[in-house]
Amino acid sequence: MPSLDDLKKRIKSVKSTQKITKAMKMVAAAKLRKAQENAEKGRPYSQKMQNIILNLTKSINDIGNAPKLLVGTGQDKTYLCVVLTADRGLCGGFNSNICKLAKTNFQKILKEGKNLKIISVGSKGLDQIKREYGKYVIKKFSFKDKKQISFKEAEIIGTEIINLFKNNQFDKCILFYNNFKNVITQIPQAHQIIPAEIKSSESKNESSLSYEFEPEEDEILEDLLPKNISTQVFKAFLENAASEQGSRMTAMDNATRNAGDLVDKLTINYNRSRQASITKELIEIISGAESL
Amino acid sequence: MMSEKFTVEIISPDKTIIKTETSEVQIPSYEGEMGILKDHIQLITFLRPGIIKIKNDKEKEFFVEEGTVEFSNNNLLILTSKAKDLSNVDKKSLSNLLSEAEKRISDNKLTDKEKYLLSYKIDTLKNINQ
Repeated sequence: MPSLDDLKKRIKSVKSTQKITKAMKMVAAAKLRKAQENAEKGRPYSQKMQNIILNLTKSINDIGNAPKLLVGTGQDKTYLCVVLTADRGLCGGFNSNICKLAKTNFQKILKEGKNLKIISVGSKGLDQIKREYGKYVIKKFSFKDKKQISFKEAEIIGTEIINLFKNNQFDKCILFYNNFKNVITQIPQAHQIIPAEIKSSESKNESSLSYEFEPEEDEILEDLLPKNISTQVFKAFLENAASEQGSRMTAMDNATRNAGDLVDKLTINYNRSRQASITKELIEIISGAESL
Repeated sequence: MMSEKFTVEIISPDKTIIKTETSEVQIPSYEGEMGILKDHIQLITFLRPGIIKIKNDKEKEFFVEEGTVEFSNNNLLILTSKAKDLSNVDKKSLSNLLSEAEKRISDNKLTDKEKYLLSYKIDTLKNINQ
């Protein structure tokens, strides 16, 4: 049985922890709003980019001559996995969820006897991957000192990926990130960017009226596809940023609530033992008086 | 009289820069200046450095370094990562861009395409700064 003093100290410490988590939740909520706004603002660009590429691919007649970024190298020997995580912790399952998904994919790739290369973005993910798959990591990025991630950072990673591709370093490229659905739900995603997965589900049945191209289709595609890679990376960044804040907000909200519960429990304990000690003292006094 | 206007959108990765109705747009397409009016044929092209002019009651000008353009169903879509509104642009940053470009063009290792793009960038920037 802890003494009264111990209980008092404990209650105090839990209360101050609660204050911290509450503050973190508020900060995350404020940042979330901004991140969410950014993610929503960024969506049209990547969507329209996809649309244009879709229209272009439709009008390409000779698939054999199409750019490799679009159709792939025709092999699937080497996989490049780009894992996007946060630089800060205390955000619930955010980082672990991405890593878990990435790891299951890594296992699958290795089991099939294929080569694996990893680019990690964000330090928290690297910490988790390092232990098992450290030797596959070929490049690390961290933008810890950047307050707001802009298109420039996405471009750095985009060019890195394209350069590796041009040097035939890999055949397929997969992005891992969290898709922001709403504040409570973030879905970890594996998104293949090379060769481009073009969703034809949204295509309006052969409404592809003939476009006028200037210059030729291939040349436009040649210019557009690398840009699309950066755009996809940037989109993943934005989704990730919103997810991180959302995830942190829920995690901190839970922590605050748990701390509250703990304080309640400890207070009851504290009051009980205080009462018990008073009763004990009273009994001692009364029995002392009776014996006189 | 039928309206002679169509919509034009300039979108950068982080936001929609402008979305408006206009009667004519001039774009610096890769193979030359191009004017677009309503009911233009469907078109996909990309840009070289230059100035996009959106003509309305008041003319609006944007400096772009690169971009992709799609025109379909009277909707002109310009995707660009670097667009600057010339009505409120920082003169200093432009002259910085200019000197940077001038430094780069003297590099002999550039391909013809890169040289072509850079020379347009320099010309445009010089014109703005005058």
